[in-house]
Amino acid sequence: MSMAETTTGSAFDAIGHIRQKRRFALAVPAVILAYFTYVFFAFDIAGLADRARMDNARILIADSYSYKTHVTRDNRTGGFTVAVEGEAKGTWPAGQGPDWVRFEGEDAVRVALRHGHELVIDGPGLRYDVPGYGLITAEVSRREGVVLDLPTEAVPGWISASDARVDIITEGGRVTITKARIEAMRYQFGWELFWFTLDSPFHGKSFGELVGLALSGDRVVADKSNLAAIVQDVWTNKMWRHGDVLWAIFETILMAFLGTMGAAMVALPLAFAAARNFSPLMVVRGAVRRVFDFLRGVDSLIWTIVLSRAFGPGPMTGALAILITDTGSFGKLFSEALENVDQKQIEGVASTGAKPLQRYRFGVIPQIMPVLLSQVLYYLEANTRSATIIGAITGGGIGLLLTQAIITQKDWEEVSYYILLILIMVMVMDSASGWLRRRLIRSSHGGN
Amino acid sequence: MARVQAEYMAMTRRKRMYGGVMLIVFIALMVSGFRVADSRNAGGFWNGIGNIFQFPAEVLREAGEKIANLPGLMWTFLPSLIETVNIAAASTLLGAIMAIILSLLSTRGLAKWPRLVGLFRRVMDILRAFPEIVIALVLIFILGGGPVPAMIAIALHTAGALGKLFSEVNENASLKPVEGLQSVGATWGQQMWLGVMPQVAPNYLSYALLRFEINIRASAILGFVGSGGIGYDLKNAFSWGQGRYDAVAAIFLLLFLTIVFFDQLSGRYRNKLIGGGTA
Repeated sequence: MSMAETTTGSAFDAIGHIRQKRRFALAVPAVILAYFTYVFFAFDIAGLADRARMDNARILIADSYSYKTHVTRDNRTGGFTVAVEGEAKGTWPAGQGPDWVRFEGEDAVRVALRHGHELVIDGPGLRYDVPGYGLITAEVSRREGVVLDLPTEAVPGWISASDARVDIITEGGRVTITKARIEAMRYQFGWELFWFTLDSPFHGKSFGELVGLALSGDRVVADKSNLAAIVQDVWTNKMWRHGDVLWAIFETILMAFLGTMGAAMVALPLAFAAARNFSPLMVVRGAVRRVFDFLRGVDSLIWTIVLSRAFGPGPMTGALAILITDTGSFGKLFSEALENVDQKQIEGVASTGAKPLQRYRFGVIPQIMPVLLSQVLYYLEANTRSATIIGAITGGGIGLLLTQAIITQKDWEEVSYYILLILIMVMVMDSASGWLRRRLIRSSHGGN
Repeated sequence: MARVQAEYMAMTRRKRMYGGVMLIVFIALMVSGFRVADSRNAGGFWNGIGNIFQFPAEVLREAGEKIANLPGLMWTFLPSLIETVNIAAASTLLGAIMAIILSLLSTRGLAKWPRLVGLFRRVMDILRAFPEIVIALVLIFILGGGPVPAMIAIALHTAGALGKLFSEVNENASLKPVEGLQSVGATWGQQMWLGVMPQVAPNYLSYALLRFEINIRASAILGFVGSGGIGYDLKNAFSWGQGRYDAVAAIFLLLFLTIVFFDQLSGRYRNKLIGGGTA
């Protein structure tokens, strides 16, 4: 009888318990949903659609895998320039260009765009026969500006025209005509001039030819071996600045390395002062701990700003900002590790007559070393990412290059190159530190 | 016996030598690294070290002179602070939700599509590798300034970082409740929600709280590069320069108090969660 009562009693309990759990399980998603609703209005996400610049997104994506070459006629002086992205450092020598540009006589050029489109710039005039539409002609004169002649009465949506400026955008490319210049642009796949710029004698050579040149004795550049000249031309590439970029990556890693290791070296002695079993004085312990809390609490952003005032922009500032913040974090972690050490080993070392310093060296350090090193490596990994961000603020390393490239709002192929390099850098550092940590843990197990 | 001793001594010597070599290499790396960093810095280390307290002293002096302004200034900057905390909270939540899904899909034994475990792990690796600033800067270009780019950027990084930790938690979860649910015909979603979630929720929550702490810092930093919140105000106040250092001091103080507050809060709850789990 009593048995039955207890079972029904606990059955009721169970039902109540489950009901409570169920209510909880419904309440949590409800609260999260309510919060997201609040955020939706607080961040004005509804208005985001208006503010979003999808044309920017299109430029960004198109630019990151393709490039355009400009064929430009200067209407004031006459004469043509052919330049990658219209930049001075990507300009072809006068009278030369890629195979789809054909110079015809003194002041005319025939440009083959994509999808079989073709146009002719002849003096201050343009003839562009758009397949499926008809012949567009335009003439620039000093008095009347740009005179456009279309085969249809209405101006189609892909042409915007005024007296001062005409823009034509087709699947073949882009044309802009102003009083000052007539410009035809053709898009092509890839990253232009990635290895060699146009002024390098190695531009346009295939990989096989380059290997052949590197091995041959005939010097292309008089006072250098071919291999050295090739490396030199890639390293100092004006368009992509490989040398500077690799230096920036190195600077970023350097910031993370110096900051993390420096922090560990500063934090270790301080951690002894903050650990209960090594620091008998409560006052000292409390003071050191407050210092750690302060260093962590002020945050790397504020440290970065304060330090960049004293040291100016550069990798040293970033390294010090990481050092100061992480001294706080390491101090806390290390002192916790120290509080967990086994006293017996220290007593054992002490019983052989070891002095205090030797007691620490042989009784304490071996115990905490694996924990300590794996924490340091873990932070090194995270700090490689932080150093990118700190570099963007203080002005050093790859973070700086990235922000600069984004600010210009046109070098998106460089932005995607930097992003790719950052990802590779972070992943390499991750796997290197992961490998070291696994080795450490294994060797410390083996040692025991 | 003597042979053993000699071998032992030789081994110790060798070990010590390796240790010594490592130490020398390490010191050489540190010293040369320091010199390179010093030479590439605009102001040198030894010039700067004397000035290190100059800026904080200026800020403190000015804040001291205008101490009456501080509460008012802190009140003006409170909305931006709330925005910064909101960015952190929303991105932690979003990231954690993505992380839960990704981690369940990438844990052997729990995954819905066991063949795709490797794929989802790679996805998490890539998400984790992106520093927030990269995504934020690109999104600012497209979406304009404001909190949303920062939120998305931090959420994506959080999804990768938490996903890895969550999948480690999942690996220790017992499969028995899942098998029980499976035997009564529960769907994959039900198995995860009813069989796995109750086991792993305390650990998830503890990691998510830690991440929230980190994300508050991240969201302040992203504000500084142009994405709303208190970081943006800090940048403005900073560029006004001398005369407006009371605003800088107010923001420093707000940021410091917020970080310490959430540090303490999450520390306390995490202890409770993990303590409750093991008890």
